[in-house]
Amino acid sequence: MKLIPCPLNGLRPADEFVYGGEVRHMPDPATSSDAQWARYVFNRSGIAGVKHEWWCHIASGFWFILERDTLTDEVRSSQHVAQWHSTVHV
Amino acid sequence: MAWRLLKIGLSKNYPEPRMFTPPARLAPTYDAVIIGAGGHGLATAYYLARDHGLRNIAVIEKGYIGSGNTGRNTTIIRSNYLTPEGVRFYDRSIQLWRDLGDDLDINLFYSTRGHYTLAHTDATLRTMRWRAEVNKHLGVDSELVDAAAVARALPMMDMSCAGHAPILGALYHAPGAVARHDAVAWGYGRAADQRGVEIHQQTEVLGIETTGGEVSGVRTSRGHIATRCVISAVAGYTPRILDMVGLQSPIYIHPLQAMVSEPLKRWLDPIIVSGSLHVYVSQTARGELVMGASLDPRELHNTRSAIEFATSLSTHMLELFPFLAGVKVNRQWAGLADMTPDFAPVMGLTPVKGFYLDAGWGTWGFKATPVAGKTMAATVASGRNDPLITSFDWWRFERFELTGEKGAASVGH
Ligand SMILES: Cc1cc2nc3c(=O)[nH]c(=O)nc-3n(C[C@H](O)[C@H](O)[C@H](O)COP(=O)(O)OP(=O)(O)OC[C@H]3O[C@@H](n4cnc5c(N)ncnc54)[C@H](O)[C@@H]3O)c2cc1C
Repeated sequence: MKLIPCPLNGLRPADEFVYGGEVRHMPDPATSSDAQWARYVFNRSGIAGVKHEWWCHIASGFWFILERDTLTDEVRSSQHVAQWHSTVHV
Repeated sequence: MAWRLLKIGLSKNYPEPRMFTPPARLAPTYDAVIIGAGGHGLATAYYLARDHGLRNIAVIEKGYIGSGNTGRNTTIIRSNYLTPEGVRFYDRSIQLWRDLGDDLDINLFYSTRGHYTLAHTDATLRTMRWRAEVNKHLGVDSELVDAAAVARALPMMDMSCAGHAPILGALYHAPGAVARHDAVAWGYGRAADQRGVEIHQQTEVLGIETTGGEVSGVRTSRGHIATRCVISAVAGYTPRILDMVGLQSPIYIHPLQAMVSEPLKRWLDPIIVSGSLHVYVSQTARGELVMGASLDPRELHNTRSAIEFATSLSTHMLELFPFLAGVKVNRQWAGLADMTPDFAPVMGLTPVKGFYLDAGWGTWGFKATPVAGKTMAATVASGRNDPLITSFDWWRFERFELTGEKGAASVGH
Protein backbone atom coordinates (compact mmCIF):
# COMPACT_ATOMS: atom_id res chain seq x y z
CA MET A 1 0.00 0.00 0.00
CA LYS A 2 1.08 3.55 -0.64
CA LEU A 3 2.63 5.21 2.42
CA ILE A 4 2.05 8.84 3.36
CA PRO A 5 4.51 10.71 5.58
CA CYS A 6 2.71 12.42 8.46
CA PRO A 7 4.65 15.05 10.45
CA LEU A 8 3.15 13.66 13.68
CA ASN A 9 2.95 9.89 13.11
CA GLY A 10 5.63 9.17 10.53
CA LEU A 11 5.09 6.96 7.47
CA ARG A 12 1.60 5.42 7.58
CA PRO A 13 -0.54 3.49 5.05
CA ALA A 14 -2.58 5.78 2.76
CA ASP A 15 -5.92 4.41 3.94
CA GLU A 16 -5.32 5.91 7.41
CA PHE A 17 -5.71 9.37 5.87
CA VAL A 18 -8.32 11.54 4.25
CA TYR A 19 -7.49 13.95 1.47
CA GLY A 20 -8.84 17.46 1.99
CA GLY A 21 -8.07 19.08 -1.35
CA GLU A 22 -5.63 21.75 -2.43
CA VAL A 23 -4.72 24.60 -0.06
CA ARG A 24 -6.41 27.69 -1.47
CA HIS A 25 -6.59 31.32 -0.54
CA MET A 26 -10.05 32.43 0.63
CA PRO A 27 -11.08 35.89 -0.51
CA ASP A 28 -12.66 38.12 2.11
CA PRO A 29 -16.38 37.17 2.03
CA ALA A 30 -17.36 40.68 3.16
CA THR A 31 -15.74 42.45 0.23
CA SER A 32 -15.65 39.88 -2.61
CA SER A 33 -18.26 40.01 -5.36
CA ASP A 34 -20.66 37.08 -5.95
CA ALA A 35 -18.66 36.08 -9.00
CA GLN A 36 -15.36 36.08 -7.07
CA TRP A 37 -16.95 34.09 -4.30
CA ALA A 38 -18.40 31.54 -6.76
CA ARG A 39 -14.97 31.14 -8.34
CA TYR A 40 -13.49 30.48 -4.90
CA VAL A 41 -16.22 28.01 -3.93
CA PHE A 42 -16.32 25.97 -7.14
CA ASN A 43 -13.27 26.44 -9.35
CA ARG A 44 -10.19 24.28 -8.95
CA SER A 45 -6.75 24.32 -10.49
CA GLY A 46 -7.60 21.19 -12.44
CA ILE A 47 -4.35 20.62 -14.31
CA ALA A 48 -1.72 18.28 -12.95
CA GLY A 49 1.20 19.71 -11.03
CA VAL A 50 2.98 19.91 -7.71
CA LYS A 51 0.34 21.07 -5.23
CA HIS A 52 0.08 21.77 -1.52
CA GLU A 53 -2.82 19.83 -0.06
CA TRP A 54 -4.71 19.36 3.17
CA TRP A 55 -4.45 15.84 4.57
CA CYS A 56 -5.73 14.41 7.84
CA HIS A 57 -4.51 11.38 9.75
CA ILE A 58 -7.88 10.00 10.83
CA ALA A 59 -6.98 8.09 13.99
CA SER A 60 -5.10 11.02 15.50
CA GLY A 61 -7.34 13.71 14.01
CA PHE A 62 -4.22 15.52 12.83
CA TRP A 63 -4.38 17.88 9.84
CA PHE A 64 -1.20 18.76 7.97
CA ILE A 65 0.07 20.03 4.61
CA LEU A 66 1.38 17.57 2.03
CA GLU A 67 3.22 18.67 -1.10
CA ARG A 68 2.47 16.16 -3.86
CA ASP A 69 2.91 15.83 -7.62
CA THR A 70 -0.57 15.01 -8.96
CA LEU A 71 0.87 13.55 -12.16
CA THR A 72 3.16 10.97 -10.55
CA ASP A 73 1.69 10.77 -7.01
CA GLU A 74 5.17 11.48 -5.56
CA VAL A 75 5.22 13.22 -2.20
CA ARG A 76 7.70 16.13 -2.03
CA SER A 77 7.28 17.31 1.55
CA SER A 78 5.03 17.06 4.58
CA GLN A 79 4.72 19.76 7.20
CA HIS A 80 2.81 21.08 10.20
CA VAL A 81 0.19 23.69 9.38
CA ALA A 82 2.01 26.24 11.55
CA GLN A 83 5.25 25.62 9.68
CA TRP A 84 3.43 26.08 6.36
CA HIS A 85 1.94 29.37 7.53
CA SER A 86 5.32 30.67 8.66
CA THR A 87 6.88 30.02 5.24
CA VAL A 88 4.00 31.06 3.02
CA HIS A 89 2.32 34.39 3.32
CA VAL A 90 -1.07 34.18 1.75
CA MET B 1 -9.09 -18.86 -39.11
CA ALA B 2 -5.35 -19.22 -38.53
CA TRP B 3 -4.82 -19.67 -42.28
CA ARG B 4 -6.77 -16.51 -43.05
CA LEU B 5 -4.81 -14.55 -40.47
CA LEU B 6 -1.55 -15.77 -41.99
CA LYS B 7 -2.74 -14.69 -45.43
CA ILE B 8 -3.62 -11.23 -44.12
CA GLY B 9 -0.27 -11.03 -42.35
CA LEU B 10 1.69 -11.89 -45.47
CA SER B 11 -0.20 -9.85 -48.04
CA LYS B 12 1.24 -6.48 -49.05
CA ASN B 13 -2.08 -4.71 -49.21
CA TYR B 14 -4.53 -5.19 -46.37
CA PRO B 15 -7.13 -7.47 -48.01
CA GLU B 16 -10.13 -6.50 -45.85
CA PRO B 17 -12.14 -3.29 -45.98
CA ARG B 18 -10.99 -0.82 -43.30
CA MET B 19 -13.37 0.63 -40.69
CA PHE B 20 -11.93 4.11 -41.27
CA THR B 21 -10.01 5.89 -44.01
CA PRO B 22 -6.77 7.15 -42.49
CA PRO B 23 -6.59 10.70 -43.93
CA ALA B 24 -3.13 11.42 -45.33
CA ARG B 25 -2.52 14.83 -43.76
CA LEU B 26 -4.26 17.62 -41.96
CA ALA B 27 -5.97 20.22 -44.12
CA PRO B 28 -5.01 23.85 -43.39
CA THR B 29 -8.56 24.68 -42.34
CA TYR B 30 -11.74 22.99 -41.09
CA ASP B 31 -15.23 24.27 -40.30
CA ALA B 32 -15.03 22.48 -36.96
CA VAL B 33 -12.29 20.73 -34.99
CA ILE B 34 -13.32 18.19 -32.38
CA ILE B 35 -10.67 17.28 -29.80
CA GLY B 36 -10.92 13.66 -28.62
CA ALA B 37 -12.04 10.56 -30.54
CA GLY B 38 -13.90 8.99 -27.65
CA GLY B 39 -17.57 8.16 -28.01
CA HIS B 40 -18.61 11.76 -27.32
CA GLY B 41 -16.31 13.40 -29.87
CA LEU B 42 -17.16 10.87 -32.58
CA ALA B 43 -20.91 11.03 -31.88
CA THR B 44 -20.79 14.83 -32.07
CA ALA B 45 -18.99 14.59 -35.43
CA TYR B 46 -21.52 12.06 -36.71
CA TYR B 47 -24.61 14.11 -35.81
CA LEU B 48 -23.00 17.33 -37.09
CA ALA B 49 -22.49 15.61 -40.45
CA ARG B 50 -25.77 13.66 -40.54
CA ASP B 51 -28.26 16.12 -39.06
CA HIS B 52 -26.68 19.49 -39.76
CA GLY B 53 -24.91 18.96 -43.08
CA LEU B 54 -21.47 19.93 -41.83
CA ARG B 55 -18.82 17.95 -43.70
CA ASN B 56 -15.49 19.69 -43.27
CA ILE B 57 -14.84 18.37 -39.74
CA ALA B 58 -11.65 17.00 -38.21
CA VAL B 59 -11.62 14.83 -35.09
CA ILE B 60 -8.17 15.05 -33.49
CA GLU B 61 -7.10 12.20 -31.22
CA LYS B 62 -3.76 11.96 -29.45
CA GLY B 63 -3.92 8.17 -29.05
CA TYR B 64 -6.29 5.90 -30.91
CA ILE B 65 -10.08 5.80 -31.22
CA GLY B 66 -11.70 4.86 -27.91
CA SER B 67 -8.43 4.85 -25.95
CA GLY B 68 -9.78 7.14 -23.24
CA ASN B 69 -12.62 6.44 -20.84
CA THR B 70 -14.84 5.13 -23.63
CA GLY B 71 -12.66 2.03 -23.87
CA ARG B 72 -12.20 1.74 -20.10
CA ASN B 73 -15.71 2.07 -18.76
CA THR B 74 -18.02 -0.55 -17.30
CA THR B 75 -20.86 0.37 -19.71
CA ILE B 76 -23.81 0.77 -17.37
CA ILE B 77 -26.68 2.53 -19.11
CA ARG B 78 -29.65 3.83 -17.11
CA SER B 79 -31.84 6.88 -16.69
CA ASN B 80 -33.03 6.67 -13.06
CA TYR B 81 -31.39 9.93 -12.04
CA LEU B 82 -32.55 12.36 -9.37
CA THR B 83 -33.17 15.74 -11.01
CA PRO B 84 -35.89 16.12 -13.66
CA GLU B 85 -33.28 17.67 -16.00
CA GLY B 86 -31.01 14.66 -15.57
CA VAL B 87 -33.80 12.11 -15.97
CA ARG B 88 -35.07 13.75 -19.18
CA PHE B 89 -31.58 13.93 -20.64
CA TYR B 90 -30.52 10.34 -19.88
CA ASP B 91 -33.93 8.99 -20.89
CA ARG B 92 -33.49 10.61 -24.31
CA SER B 93 -30.16 8.79 -24.49
CA ILE B 94 -31.84 5.43 -23.80
CA GLN B 95 -34.31 6.12 -26.61
CA LEU B 96 -31.37 6.75 -28.94
CA TRP B 97 -29.47 3.66 -27.70
CA ARG B 98 -32.38 1.38 -28.59
CA ASP B 99 -31.97 1.70 -32.36
CA LEU B 100 -28.38 2.89 -32.43
CA GLY B 101 -27.08 -0.48 -33.64
CA ASP B 102 -29.36 -0.26 -36.72
CA ASP B 103 -28.50 3.37 -37.24
CA LEU B 104 -24.74 2.72 -37.20
CA ASP B 105 -25.06 -0.75 -38.78
CA ILE B 106 -22.94 -2.41 -36.11
CA ASN B 107 -23.68 -4.89 -33.33
CA LEU B 108 -23.41 -2.92 -30.09
CA PHE B 109 -24.38 -5.92 -27.93
CA TYR B 110 -26.93 -3.63 -26.31
CA SER B 111 -28.43 -5.78 -23.61
CA THR B 112 -31.30 -4.69 -21.34
CA ARG B 113 -30.72 -6.36 -17.98
CA GLY B 114 -32.56 -4.47 -15.26
CA HIS B 115 -30.63 -2.51 -12.64
CA TYR B 116 -30.82 -2.89 -8.84
CA THR B 117 -29.40 -0.22 -6.54
CA LEU B 118 -29.35 -1.81 -3.10
CA ALA B 119 -30.36 0.06 0.04
CA HIS B 120 -28.72 -0.86 3.34
CA THR B 121 -30.00 2.10 5.38
CA ASP B 122 -33.23 4.04 5.85
CA ALA B 123 -31.56 7.18 4.50
CA THR B 124 -30.76 5.42 1.21
CA LEU B 125 -34.32 4.11 0.99
CA ARG B 126 -35.61 7.66 1.34
CA THR B 127 -33.48 8.98 -1.54
CA MET B 128 -34.55 5.99 -3.62
CA ARG B 129 -38.23 6.68 -3.07
CA TRP B 130 -37.58 10.27 -4.11
CA ARG B 131 -35.76 9.09 -7.23
CA ALA B 132 -38.48 6.57 -8.08
CA GLU B 133 -41.17 9.26 -7.82
CA VAL B 134 -39.25 11.75 -10.00
CA ASN B 135 -38.56 8.97 -12.50
CA LYS B 136 -42.19 7.80 -12.69
CA HIS B 137 -43.43 11.34 -13.02
CA LEU B 138 -41.29 11.65 -16.16
CA GLY B 139 -42.40 8.30 -17.54
CA VAL B 140 -39.25 6.37 -16.64
CA ASP B 141 -39.71 2.80 -15.43
CA SER B 142 -38.38 2.86 -11.86
CA GLU B 143 -39.69 1.54 -8.56
CA LEU B 144 -38.77 0.88 -4.97
CA VAL B 145 -38.86 -2.86 -4.16
CA ASP B 146 -38.68 -4.48 -0.72
CA ALA B 147 -36.13 -6.93 0.63
CA ALA B 148 -38.33 -9.95 -0.14
CA ALA B 149 -38.55 -8.96 -3.82
CA VAL B 150 -34.76 -8.48 -3.97
CA ALA B 151 -34.20 -11.90 -2.37
CA ARG B 152 -36.56 -13.52 -4.89
CA ALA B 153 -34.82 -11.91 -7.86
CA LEU B 154 -31.29 -12.58 -6.58
CA PRO B 155 -31.37 -15.84 -4.63
CA MET B 156 -27.57 -16.19 -4.84
CA MET B 157 -26.97 -12.94 -2.93
CA ASP B 158 -26.28 -12.87 0.83
CA MET B 159 -29.08 -10.52 1.97
CA SER B 160 -27.28 -9.85 5.25
CA CYS B 161 -23.99 -8.93 3.48
CA ALA B 162 -21.97 -11.07 5.90
CA GLY B 163 -23.99 -9.56 8.74
CA HIS B 164 -22.49 -6.09 8.19
CA ALA B 165 -25.09 -4.32 6.13
CA PRO B 166 -28.43 -6.12 5.71
CA ILE B 167 -30.28 -5.21 2.50
CA LEU B 168 -33.54 -3.37 3.23
CA GLY B 169 -34.76 -2.92 -0.32
CA ALA B 170 -33.67 -1.61 -3.70
CA LEU B 171 -34.40 0.82 -6.47
CA TYR B 172 -35.26 -1.30 -9.50
CA HIS B 173 -34.88 0.15 -12.98
CA ALA B 174 -36.00 -2.28 -15.70
CA PRO B 175 -34.41 -0.40 -18.66
CA GLY B 176 -30.90 -0.67 -17.10
CA ALA B 177 -28.57 -2.01 -19.80
CA VAL B 178 -24.99 -2.71 -20.83
CA ALA B 179 -23.37 -2.39 -24.27
CA ARG B 180 -20.06 -3.03 -25.96
CA HIS B 181 -18.03 0.14 -25.46
CA ASP B 182 -15.48 -0.32 -28.26
CA ALA B 183 -18.20 -0.94 -30.82
CA VAL B 184 -19.83 2.36 -29.85
CA ALA B 185 -16.65 4.29 -30.67
CA TRP B 186 -16.00 2.28 -33.85
CA GLY B 187 -19.63 2.54 -34.99
CA TYR B 188 -19.81 6.31 -34.56
CA GLY B 189 -16.32 6.65 -36.06
CA ARG B 190 -17.14 4.64 -39.16
CA ALA B 191 -20.48 6.38 -39.67
CA ALA B 192 -18.84 9.80 -39.33
CA ASP B 193 -16.01 8.75 -41.65
CA GLN B 194 -18.56 7.62 -44.28
CA ARG B 195 -20.06 11.11 -44.16
CA GLY B 196 -16.73 12.78 -44.86
CA VAL B 197 -15.50 13.50 -41.33
CA GLU B 198 -11.71 13.14 -41.02
CA ILE B 199 -10.44 11.25 -37.99
CA HIS B 200 -6.79 12.00 -37.24
CA GLN B 201 -5.39 9.55 -34.72
CA GLN B 202 -1.91 9.89 -33.18
CA THR B 203 -2.33 13.67 -33.36
CA GLU B 204 -2.22 15.73 -30.21
CA VAL B 205 -3.73 19.17 -29.71
CA LEU B 206 -0.98 21.32 -28.17
CA GLY B 207 -2.61 24.72 -28.15
CA ILE B 208 -5.71 26.68 -29.10
CA GLU B 209 -5.38 30.14 -30.58
CA THR B 210 -7.82 32.94 -29.94
CA THR B 211 -8.08 36.39 -31.48
CA GLY B 212 -10.15 39.00 -29.66
CA GLY B 213 -11.78 36.38 -27.42
CA GLU B 214 -12.71 34.15 -30.39
CA VAL B 215 -11.22 30.85 -31.46
CA SER B 216 -9.04 31.22 -34.56
CA GLY B 217 -6.89 28.11 -34.75
CA VAL B 218 -5.50 24.94 -33.25
CA ARG B 219 -1.86 23.89 -32.90
CA THR B 220 -1.32 20.14 -33.18
CA SER B 221 1.65 17.77 -33.16
CA ARG B 222 1.15 17.45 -36.94
CA GLY B 223 0.73 21.07 -37.87
CA HIS B 224 -1.50 24.11 -37.62
CA ILE B 225 -5.22 24.29 -38.37
CA ALA B 226 -7.23 27.44 -38.93
CA THR B 227 -10.76 27.15 -37.56
CA ARG B 228 -13.40 29.22 -35.81
CA CYS B 229 -15.01 26.31 -34.02
CA VAL B 230 -13.41 23.94 -31.51
CA ILE B 231 -15.30 21.32 -29.51
CA SER B 232 -13.46 19.77 -26.59
CA ALA B 233 -14.58 16.22 -25.71
CA VAL B 234 -11.55 14.99 -23.80
CA ALA B 235 -13.01 13.81 -20.45
CA GLY B 236 -10.04 13.40 -18.06
CA TYR B 237 -7.89 15.89 -20.01
CA THR B 238 -10.43 18.72 -19.85
CA PRO B 239 -8.51 21.00 -17.43
CA ARG B 240 -5.47 20.90 -19.74
CA ILE B 241 -7.55 21.92 -22.75
CA LEU B 242 -9.35 24.65 -20.74
CA ASP B 243 -5.95 25.98 -19.72
CA MET B 244 -5.13 26.46 -23.43
CA VAL B 245 -7.98 28.99 -23.70
CA GLY B 246 -7.30 30.53 -20.30
CA LEU B 247 -10.38 29.13 -18.52
CA GLN B 248 -10.69 27.69 -15.03
CA SER B 249 -13.59 25.44 -14.08
CA PRO B 250 -14.86 23.35 -11.19
CA ILE B 251 -13.72 20.17 -12.99
CA TYR B 252 -11.17 18.09 -11.07
CA ILE B 253 -9.58 14.75 -11.92
CA HIS B 254 -9.56 11.56 -9.88
CA PRO B 255 -8.81 8.08 -11.23
CA LEU B 256 -11.63 5.56 -11.43
CA GLN B 257 -10.59 1.93 -11.43
CA ALA B 258 -12.35 -1.26 -12.50
CA MET B 259 -11.57 -4.94 -12.83
CA VAL B 260 -12.86 -8.05 -14.55
CA SER B 261 -12.97 -11.70 -13.46
CA GLU B 262 -12.30 -14.85 -15.41
CA PRO B 263 -15.36 -15.96 -17.44
CA LEU B 264 -18.01 -17.89 -15.51
CA LYS B 265 -21.11 -19.75 -16.55
CA ARG B 266 -23.96 -17.27 -16.80
CA TRP B 267 -25.51 -16.69 -13.36
CA LEU B 268 -26.09 -12.94 -13.04
CA ASP B 269 -28.59 -11.26 -15.31
CA PRO B 270 -29.24 -7.81 -13.79
CA ILE B 271 -26.74 -5.10 -12.90
CA ILE B 272 -26.17 -4.80 -9.14
CA VAL B 273 -25.02 -1.61 -7.42
CA SER B 274 -24.44 -0.95 -3.74
CA GLY B 275 -23.39 2.55 -2.79
CA SER B 276 -22.81 1.63 0.86
CA LEU B 277 -20.51 -1.28 -0.01
CA HIS B 278 -18.82 0.68 -2.83
CA VAL B 279 -19.38 -2.03 -5.39
CA TYR B 280 -21.19 -2.58 -8.65
CA VAL B 281 -21.16 -5.60 -10.92
CA SER B 282 -22.60 -7.01 -14.12
CA GLN B 283 -21.84 -10.12 -16.14
CA THR B 284 -20.76 -9.72 -19.76
CA ALA B 285 -21.97 -11.80 -22.69
CA ARG B 286 -18.64 -13.66 -22.40
CA GLY B 287 -19.38 -14.51 -18.77
CA GLU B 288 -16.83 -12.24 -17.09
CA LEU B 289 -17.86 -10.21 -14.07
CA VAL B 290 -17.17 -6.53 -14.67
CA MET B 291 -16.73 -4.84 -11.30
CA GLY B 292 -16.13 -1.36 -10.08
CA ALA B 293 -16.21 0.81 -6.99
CA SER B 294 -16.11 4.50 -6.18
CA LEU B 295 -13.49 7.03 -7.20
CA ASP B 296 -9.92 6.94 -5.97
CA PRO B 297 -9.80 9.25 -2.96
CA ARG B 298 -7.30 11.86 -4.21
CA GLU B 299 -6.56 13.92 -7.30
CA LEU B 300 -4.28 12.09 -9.70
CA HIS B 301 -3.69 12.33 -13.45
CA ASN B 302 -2.40 8.83 -13.83
CA THR B 303 -3.98 5.53 -14.88
CA ARG B 304 -1.98 3.27 -12.56
CA SER B 305 -3.78 0.35 -10.87
CA ALA B 306 -3.62 -0.02 -7.10
CA ILE B 307 -3.71 -3.21 -5.04
CA GLU B 308 -5.83 -1.45 -2.36
CA PHE B 309 -8.58 -1.14 -4.91
CA ALA B 310 -8.57 -4.83 -5.87
CA THR B 311 -8.53 -6.05 -2.26
CA SER B 312 -11.25 -3.72 -1.02
CA LEU B 313 -13.50 -4.35 -4.00
CA SER B 314 -13.02 -8.13 -3.67
CA THR B 315 -13.87 -7.97 0.04
CA HIS B 316 -17.15 -6.19 -0.70
CA MET B 317 -17.95 -8.50 -3.62
CA LEU B 318 -17.61 -11.45 -1.23
CA GLU B 319 -19.96 -9.83 1.27
CA LEU B 320 -22.62 -9.87 -1.44
CA PHE B 321 -21.64 -13.11 -3.18
CA PRO B 322 -19.59 -15.36 -0.85
CA PHE B 323 -19.59 -18.21 -3.38
CA LEU B 324 -17.20 -16.23 -5.63
CA ALA B 325 -14.31 -16.79 -3.19
CA GLY B 326 -12.41 -19.06 -5.59
CA VAL B 327 -12.89 -16.90 -8.69
CA LYS B 328 -9.84 -15.21 -10.19
CA VAL B 329 -9.48 -11.59 -11.24
CA ASN B 330 -8.17 -11.35 -14.79
CA ARG B 331 -7.48 -7.68 -15.33
CA GLN B 332 -7.55 -4.33 -13.58
CA TRP B 333 -7.30 -0.85 -15.08
CA ALA B 334 -8.15 2.81 -14.55
CA GLY B 335 -9.43 5.88 -16.37
CA LEU B 336 -9.30 9.60 -15.50
CA ALA B 337 -12.69 10.82 -14.34
CA ASP B 338 -13.51 14.51 -14.92
CA MET B 339 -15.58 15.22 -11.81
CA THR B 340 -17.91 18.12 -11.09
CA PRO B 341 -19.20 19.36 -7.71
CA ASP B 342 -22.82 18.48 -8.58
CA PHE B 343 -22.18 15.23 -10.50
CA ALA B 344 -23.74 16.72 -13.62
CA PRO B 345 -21.83 17.47 -16.85
CA VAL B 346 -20.69 20.86 -18.16
CA MET B 347 -21.85 21.28 -21.75
CA GLY B 348 -22.23 23.78 -24.55
CA LEU B 349 -21.13 27.39 -24.97
CA THR B 350 -18.26 28.85 -22.94
CA PRO B 351 -16.96 32.39 -22.33
CA VAL B 352 -14.66 31.93 -25.34
CA LYS B 353 -16.57 32.40 -28.59
CA GLY B 354 -16.29 29.37 -30.87
CA PHE B 355 -15.05 27.14 -28.04
CA TYR B 356 -17.59 24.50 -27.01
CA LEU B 357 -17.23 22.13 -24.09
CA ASP B 358 -18.48 18.59 -23.58
CA ALA B 359 -17.05 17.57 -20.21
CA GLY B 360 -17.68 16.78 -16.59
CA TRP B 361 -18.64 13.23 -17.49
CA GLY B 362 -16.88 11.79 -14.48
CA THR B 363 -17.92 8.24 -13.80
CA TRP B 364 -21.26 8.40 -15.65
CA GLY B 365 -20.78 9.64 -19.21
CA PHE B 366 -20.80 6.49 -21.33
CA LYS B 367 -24.58 6.17 -21.18
CA ALA B 368 -24.85 9.76 -22.38
CA THR B 369 -22.75 9.21 -25.52
CA PRO B 370 -25.66 9.35 -28.03
CA VAL B 371 -27.55 12.22 -26.40
CA ALA B 372 -24.36 14.21 -25.75
CA GLY B 373 -23.39 13.87 -29.42
CA LYS B 374 -26.84 14.89 -30.55
CA THR B 375 -27.22 17.91 -28.25
CA MET B 376 -23.63 19.12 -28.76
CA ALA B 377 -24.13 18.96 -32.54
CA ALA B 378 -27.40 20.92 -32.26
CA THR B 379 -25.70 23.46 -29.99
CA VAL B 380 -22.77 24.00 -32.35
CA ALA B 381 -25.03 24.19 -35.40
CA SER B 382 -27.38 26.78 -33.86
CA GLY B 383 -24.90 28.65 -31.66
CA ARG B 384 -27.33 28.23 -28.75
CA ASN B 385 -27.37 25.62 -25.98
CA ASP B 386 -29.82 22.85 -26.85
CA PRO B 387 -32.88 22.97 -24.52
CA LEU B 388 -31.96 19.53 -23.09
CA ILE B 389 -28.60 20.81 -21.76
CA THR B 390 -29.44 24.25 -20.35
CA SER B 391 -29.18 22.96 -16.75
CA PHE B 392 -25.68 21.68 -17.53
CA ASP B 393 -24.36 25.01 -18.77
CA TRP B 394 -20.99 26.57 -17.95
CA TRP B 395 -22.45 29.51 -15.98
CA ARG B 396 -24.60 27.55 -13.50
CA PHE B 397 -21.88 27.70 -10.82
CA GLU B 398 -21.65 31.48 -10.74
CA ARG B 399 -25.46 31.58 -10.63
CA PHE B 400 -25.25 29.15 -7.66
CA GLU B 401 -27.75 26.96 -9.54
CA LEU B 402 -26.28 23.49 -9.34
CA THR B 403 -27.92 20.40 -10.84
CA GLY B 404 -27.46 18.07 -7.87
CA GLU B 405 -27.10 14.50 -9.10
CA LYS B 406 -24.78 13.20 -6.40
CA GLY B 407 -27.54 11.10 -4.83
CA ALA B 408 -27.97 9.24 -8.11
CA ALA B 409 -24.49 9.19 -9.60
CA SER B 410 -21.79 8.81 -7.00
CA VAL B 411 -21.29 5.04 -7.20
CA GLY B 412 -23.98 3.92 -9.61
CA HIS B 413 -22.33 5.39 -12.73
C1 LIG C 1 -13.43 2.66 -14.90
C2 LIG C 1 -14.55 3.50 -15.45
C3 LIG C 1 -15.85 3.02 -15.40
C4 LIG C 1 -16.91 3.78 -15.91
N1 LIG C 1 -18.16 3.24 -15.91
C5 LIG C 1 -19.19 3.88 -16.48
C6 LIG C 1 -20.47 3.28 -16.57
O1 LIG C 1 -20.67 2.14 -16.12
N2 LIG C 1 -21.47 3.98 -17.17
C7 LIG C 1 -21.28 5.24 -17.67
O2 LIG C 1 -22.23 5.81 -18.19
N3 LIG C 1 -20.06 5.84 -17.62
C8 LIG C 1 -19.01 5.19 -17.04
N4 LIG C 1 -17.77 5.79 -16.97
C9 LIG C 1 -17.59 7.15 -17.50
C10 LIG C 1 -17.40 7.12 -19.03
O3 LIG C 1 -16.43 6.17 -19.38
C11 LIG C 1 -16.95 8.46 -19.56
O4 LIG C 1 -17.70 9.51 -18.99
C12 LIG C 1 -17.14 8.56 -21.08
O5 LIG C 1 -16.64 7.39 -21.69
C13 LIG C 1 -16.46 9.78 -21.63
O6 LIG C 1 -16.38 9.69 -23.03
P1 LIG C 1 -15.65 10.79 -23.86
O7 LIG C 1 -15.80 10.43 -25.27
O8 LIG C 1 -16.14 12.11 -23.41
O9 LIG C 1 -14.13 10.72 -23.38
P2 LIG C 1 -12.94 9.68 -23.68
O10 LIG C 1 -13.46 8.37 -24.14
O11 LIG C 1 -12.06 9.68 -22.49
O12 LIG C 1 -12.23 10.34 -24.92
C14 LIG C 1 -11.41 11.48 -24.80
C15 LIG C 1 -10.32 11.35 -25.82
O13 LIG C 1 -9.61 12.58 -25.90
C16 LIG C 1 -8.28 12.31 -26.22
N5 LIG C 1 -7.45 13.49 -25.90
C17 LIG C 1 -7.19 14.01 -24.67
N6 LIG C 1 -6.40 15.09 -24.77
C18 LIG C 1 -6.14 15.26 -26.09
C19 LIG C 1 -5.37 16.21 -26.83
N7 LIG C 1 -4.69 17.21 -26.23
N8 LIG C 1 -5.32 16.09 -28.19
C20 LIG C 1 -6.00 15.09 -28.82
N9 LIG C 1 -6.74 14.17 -28.16
C21 LIG C 1 -6.81 14.25 -26.81
C22 LIG C 1 -7.96 11.08 -25.37
O14 LIG C 1 -6.86 10.37 -25.87
C23 LIG C 1 -9.27 10.29 -25.46
O15 LIG C 1 -9.26 9.30 -26.45
C24 LIG C 1 -16.68 5.06 -16.46
C25 LIG C 1 -15.37 5.57 -16.48
C26 LIG C 1 -14.31 4.81 -15.99
C27 LIG C 1 -12.92 5.36 -16.05
